[in-house]
Amino acid sequence: MGMSLLCQRRGIIKSRRFLVPDAITFGLIVGVFVGSTAGYLGSIMVSKHMALVGDALSHVALPGLALGILFNFNPFIGAFAFLAATVIVTWYLQKSTALSVEAIVGVLFVLALAIGILITPQVDLLEALFGDVSKITLTDTIITVLVSVCVIIVTKAIYPKLAVSMISRELATASKINVERINLIYLFLVATIVALGIKEVGTLLVGALVIVPAAAAKNFSSTLSRYCLMSAIFGLASATLGVLLSSYVSLPAGPLVVMVGAAIFIAGVVINAVSKRFKNKEHSQQRYANPNK
Amino acid sequence: MSDAHRAATDGSNQPQAEDRDILVVSELSVSSQNKTILEEVSFNVKKGTSLAIVGPNGGGKSTLFRALLNLIPYSGTIKWKDKIRMGYVPQSLVSTDLPISVEEFLRFKCKTDFDTCIKSVGLEKDILRQTLGSLSGGELQRVLIAWAIVDNPTVLLFDEPTSGVDIGAEEPIYDKVNNLKKEVGITLFLISHNMHVVMHYADYVLALNKRVLFFGDRKSLTHSQLLSIIYGNEFALSEEGHYKE
Repeated sequence: MGMSLLCQRRGIIKSRRFLVPDAITFGLIVGVFVGSTAGYLGSIMVSKHMALVGDALSHVALPGLALGILFNFNPFIGAFAFLAATVIVTWYLQKSTALSVEAIVGVLFVLALAIGILITPQVDLLEALFGDVSKITLTDTIITVLVSVCVIIVTKAIYPKLAVSMISRELATASKINVERINLIYLFLVATIVALGIKEVGTLLVGALVIVPAAAAKNFSSTLSRYCLMSAIFGLASATLGVLLSSYVSLPAGPLVVMVGAAIFIAGVVINAVSKRFKNKEHSQQRYANPNK
Repeated sequence: MSDAHRAATDGSNQPQAEDRDILVVSELSVSSQNKTILEEVSFNVKKGTSLAIVGPNGGGKSTLFRALLNLIPYSGTIKWKDKIRMGYVPQSLVSTDLPISVEEFLRFKCKTDFDTCIKSVGLEKDILRQTLGSLSGGELQRVLIAWAIVDNPTVLLFDEPTSGVDIGAEEPIYDKVNNLKKEVGITLFLISHNMHVVMHYADYVLALNKRVLFFGDRKSLTHSQLLSIIYGNEFALSEEGHYKE
């Protein structure tokens, strides 16, 4: 009796051991791809003064996610459908009214959040808002890897056009860049990566995957290629470290991913400030030593 | 009053399209929020010539450029000759907070044989490593001109290209552009408040204050006549007095 109980326990422990590493592995793979892709995409969003758009856009996924839970289909599809609809409405309103993207997304965001909270079943609300790494399946992981690779390829292809249209809309148009189309593609890419990241960090925090790594990378970048690379690396680092930390401290991965990203950002600000101060001091010392220079 | 001025003011200024015309604008009107910005503007521009667009602030000069670049809705027609390559030098950039170096920026357009490209636009190697945001007004304008001309455009649009540029740095910029016009036959559109620049570098003048005040050969006008057309006789006389002093 006692033996069988022990065996049963061992079985549970074994199955747990079997389950836990798999969930973490899937979470890590998703973290690597979503984190780096979101960081890469975010490099444009932060410089486009649209940082809060990325954050607000992520909340729009909640009603779609809720519909997925209620009607038992993949929540990613529901989330992506809502995000895509928001992107189209935002793009259309921006084109046809004098409203800024921030204002439009701001309105849609609170509306979607209100609807999402009303229709999401209470038991699933926390998971929808903050994500659950242990629920990431093999299918989710494969979809994430494939879609992330596609997003990176498309982003790389349109990056120069995005950069020029950001620097000057007139300059871009004169260079035969279709700014409207490029913006629409970009917003779709952001919507896609936000939808992919929801299971890992939840709708409330997924926007941070886009914003925080890019904001941190700005502290270290003097060229665009370095900025893109650093954004992707910081995104990857915060997502994977966050997932790993969550498995050690048994806390939700979403907030930890954001915390790691924020820690990198703060470290960047401090290092930047210290190195600037050091350079200024060195410069003034040189001037003091050679006043004629 | 010159023939062209008369033509512009008596309403019979419909441009007759010719083979050499690179641009024909007919009855172009632009309005925004029930406010007329441009009203029935018509003119044509010959290939290889330079047109200076002058007028008071709010007269619609930059709006005309935006319409020519197809950035805003308008009524009337803007007809560019087929297969033109357009270069544009804006007054300033909207955003320079993207950490992009001058080299990266220019490489977007100049994908092959970068060194030759840079040589042809006359930029030093030192400037290539700097970020767009760290450039001075004059340096940024030179980079923007390089961007505009690096892929051998047939048309160049300059919106106050030397605003924010030191007085001494203005002339080399205009000389560079003028040389391009002479050597490569670029057609030049230039917005400027500087009448000396207009009188020196433009072949034709389009004076705008919502409507066309004058359109014609620059040589048919003196400096004070042009000022009088744009700002009225009183201003022109005081300016003339100022120059005499």
